[in-house]
Amino acid sequence: MSLRFDGLEAVWDDFIFSADFDVPAGAPVAVMGPSGSGKTTLLSLVAGFLTPTRGRILWDGRDLGPLPPGARPVSILFQDQNLFPHLTAAQNVGLGLRPDLRLSPAQRHSVEGALAAVGLEGLGARRPAQLSGGQQGRVALARVLLRERPLLLLDEAFAALGPALKDEMLDLVGSIADRSGATVLMVTHDPADARRFAELGIVVADGRAHPPQEIGALFADPPAALRAWLG
Amino acid sequence: MAARLHALRPSPGAAVAGGLAALILGTLGAVAWEARGLSGLTQWDLRAVWFTLWQAAVSATLSVALAIPVARALARRRFPARGALVLLLGAPFILPTIVAIFGLVAMFGRSGWINAGLAALGLPEISIYGAQGVVLANLFFNLPLATRLILQAWQSVPAERFRLAASLGFGPRDIARHLERPLLREVAPGAWLAVFLICLTSFTVALALGGGPRATTVELAIYQAFRFDADPGRAASLGLVQVALSLAALALAGRAAAPAGFGAGLDREAPGPAPPGWRGWADAAVILLAAGFLLGPVGAVIGSGLPRIGSLPETVWAATARSVGMALTSTALTIALALPLALALARGRRLWIEAAGMLPLVASPLVLGTGLFLILSHAVPVSGLAIPVTIAVNAIMALPFALRALIPASRTLEADYGRLAASLGLAGAARLRLLTLPRLRGPLGFGAGLAAALAMGDLGVIALFGDTRTATLPLMLYQLMGSYRLADAAGAAVLLMGLSLGLFWLFDRGGRA
Amino acid sequence: MRHAIPAALAVAAMALPAAAQERPELTAYAPDYFASDWGPGPRIEAGFEAACNCDLVFVTGDVLPRLLLEGESTRADVVIGLNTDQTARARATGLFAPHRQDTAALTMPVAWTDDIFLPFNWSELAFVYDETRLATPPESFAALLDAPDTLKIALQDPRSSSAGLAMLLWVKHIYGDGAEAAWAKLAPKVLTVTRGWSEAYGLFTDGEVDMVLSYTTSPAYHVIAEGDTTKHAAIFPEGHYLYTELAAQLAGSDQPELAQAFMDYILSPDFQGMIAEANWSYPAKLPPEDLPQAFRDLPRPATTLFYSEAEAEALRQPALDEWLRAFTR
Repeated sequence: MSLRFDGLEAVWDDFIFSADFDVPAGAPVAVMGPSGSGKTTLLSLVAGFLTPTRGRILWDGRDLGPLPPGARPVSILFQDQNLFPHLTAAQNVGLGLRPDLRLSPAQRHSVEGALAAVGLEGLGARRPAQLSGGQQGRVALARVLLRERPLLLLDEAFAALGPALKDEMLDLVGSIADRSGATVLMVTHDPADARRFAELGIVVADGRAHPPQEIGALFADPPAALRAWLG
Repeated sequence: MAARLHALRPSPGAAVAGGLAALILGTLGAVAWEARGLSGLTQWDLRAVWFTLWQAAVSATLSVALAIPVARALARRRFPARGALVLLLGAPFILPTIVAIFGLVAMFGRSGWINAGLAALGLPEISIYGAQGVVLANLFFNLPLATRLILQAWQSVPAERFRLAASLGFGPRDIARHLERPLLREVAPGAWLAVFLICLTSFTVALALGGGPRATTVELAIYQAFRFDADPGRAASLGLVQVALSLAALALAGRAAAPAGFGAGLDREAPGPAPPGWRGWADAAVILLAAGFLLGPVGAVIGSGLPRIGSLPETVWAATARSVGMALTSTALTIALALPLALALARGRRLWIEAAGMLPLVASPLVLGTGLFLILSHAVPVSGLAIPVTIAVNAIMALPFALRALIPASRTLEADYGRLAASLGLAGAARLRLLTLPRLRGPLGFGAGLAAALAMGDLGVIALFGDTRTATLPLMLYQLMGSYRLADAAGAAVLLMGLSLGLFWLFDRGGRA
Repeated sequence: MRHAIPAALAVAAMALPAAAQERPELTAYAPDYFASDWGPGPRIEAGFEAACNCDLVFVTGDVLPRLLLEGESTRADVVIGLNTDQTARARATGLFAPHRQDTAALTMPVAWTDDIFLPFNWSELAFVYDETRLATPPESFAALLDAPDTLKIALQDPRSSSAGLAMLLWVKHIYGDGAEAAWAKLAPKVLTVTRGWSEAYGLFTDGEVDMVLSYTTSPAYHVIAEGDTTKHAAIFPEGHYLYTELAAQLAGSDQPELAQAFMDYILSPDFQGMIAEANWSYPAKLPPEDLPQAFRDLPRPATTLFYSEAEAEALRQPALDEWLRAFTR
């Protein structure tokens, strides 16, 4: 089982994005590189928000191309707007089970369980505006937990939180991924996060995503693009 | 290969847009066909084209320019009864033209309050007749629309953005530069265009206050071609000119609009920053002036008509009930058409869909009505169609207004939550119920309120399709006026105004609750 | 939408009569005001139906343009409410049949010989004023032209109003080749030109103008309906232009007997006796002594001016151009 970029190319005007490698399943992966280099593009292609010009993305040997975003084996968290502000925490989590929110009693129970698992027991009736930033992140993670998708994409998620809170969130992500065996692709701006969280690193520079390398080796002997980014 | 897969899926929005374009251009074609071709235009027609453009451009520019300080003052100040004032300031836009004209005359006319005041001070009289009268009336009708559109955009800026600005130590100038100007660049071209297009087809205004040939608009020329020359070919030619002018304006505005990229923020209630000092007094003055200008004529109409309501003939009440029912049906239809259009536009900037949505604004109702008559009379027996056709035409005519309110909010919705919804597989009815309707509640209520009020006050289409057994309240009003019963007409005017405003209030309130 | 299409204009369709009932149906095209609760329509309907054992259905809208669009396929059996400026084009359609009435017996100030279009009421154009606001109105058309420009009047647009168009012919009749110069003298006194009669009259009752273009019979309304004797029509020695409304029957009617009965009814004492107070104008065939008192008290112009259909049709466009030039100068 692996995530495979097979001769992938996406072209917009004068920007060309390319990737051609395998990501082994189960490993937490940090996606690093200068801003504008195409990190978010990589995630958007996997999530299905963007369509490639040529090439394919395969999960477990299956082409993701024909699948709309919601049908892909993917959960994604953005920097913000991960929750619908007019729905309660429980509803936001419940969307992960049934997008029409017609939940069975058992599913409601699962929602409560997921909220409890992220430490938000009893807060299901609150709306996002009534929750702290960290609590909002936990609600989003509870949904990830329930969806049980084998791929988890973090697009600078939690970047807005404080360091302690961010570490806490990443630990939570790690434990969720461990439990489900999910493969995590995390776009990050912070080398410390990468070191702490990831086993592998993908360097993206000038629209080209490089094959993943072991994170320790990557930082020990950074390629030119990573060196420039690390400064 | 797959790069454009999503764009190729048939969307309900594109279907609505296509149907709309077919209907409006089709009726124009039907009139031209019946007339066996288009006829040439006279020098007076060309003069009308020029005046139409001139008055529309001046009115739109003034409306938007004056709406900006009013909207800003309303956005950043909190005072008692602010909500009620915002609602009332919208009143003129939904007033039936003839009701409003008499209100304006009572205030700005030769024997109106303003001139009485000026005379008492020994100052020269101002005139609301002629070209300046047309502009003044257009301003009266459309300043509320421009203010509402801008205010709505203002309030869609997340409070966090203003707090961020405050924390960065922004002064009013910095806020203007970093927050307000990008916002205005987003909303002002659209507001200008909406007012411009409304003024392009304004017609009764020019007739009642215009003062004759110097202030002849294209819509009046169309009327004349039908009514006095019985020359549908020339009417169709002029109708085409009007559509062409408006499409050109649409294309220009489409180029001018730039997305501001404001984020969503969470639903916290908080006013924008309110700079102290002279700006506070300036805001107060702006609000008072706008209130006086917009509400004075409304007050005058109420003053002269309210005492007569009790003595209105019984048939007026029957017509009232019919009007309300028709307006509500028409509103449901408007929203059913506007929502898919707005959502389609939010997913991608497709100019032709937007143009189709705005077409009803530029279509001559004379041409539309006559074309429909011609088409229907060939295809089906028109017996019994008066009410359904009127409802449908009113719904279509109100569409651009609902659309204007819905498009920016739909774009924000798509930009902020489109990806999240897609990644969760939220689609179809569930997306409508859980995301679209709750997030668009405000603009939907506003759009529905506009549609209801406009349908309530519309005379045009029922005059084309109605007979005495399907008379509506506005038609009754005209009949009273045409029978020397001006006092009863004033009573009916207050009733009509109250119902238009009441319907608007109910919907708008429902959307904000 | 801000496109108030005037009621009186309506080119297009209305609900056509409901499916055939037991009683035969007579379809009459009429202007919108005509069939309103406050127009003459309801009384005509009641009066005619009392005798005809039929159903008289008014289909309201703009009569002539609608007929022109429908042509032979029109469902109209009769039309009522045409103006003299429309008869030439209406006649040219060839859709109409003679009315078969004796027009020599009409009580009109001009001889009427048209065998297609039958007048049912008439008045003359006049400027109406309120004596409490204008104590000394101009005593002649010439005096009106020479009045100070502070005297404000409201007119109707000849491009959208029959009265406005008749006004063009009035000026043409008095001033001939000098009409454009006359208009140029009048223009500064014209506060505004409205689409129709209602708007102009509204400005007058609101006190915006000193005089309004209306009819010699307008004051009768104020006397009878409101007991107000302060409104008067200024009577000019140069003469006043005739304004009359007409009816006709369609040759292609599927109810020719009923249509003929309707034309007969128009000149009946029943119809003629009620039209004065139903439409605020003089009946076309009624001895003056049978008029309501307020109508008998109205001052009468010494001269009633009128152009034949052919003359009026020939003058229409040049007179309109003169008017347009005078107002855009």
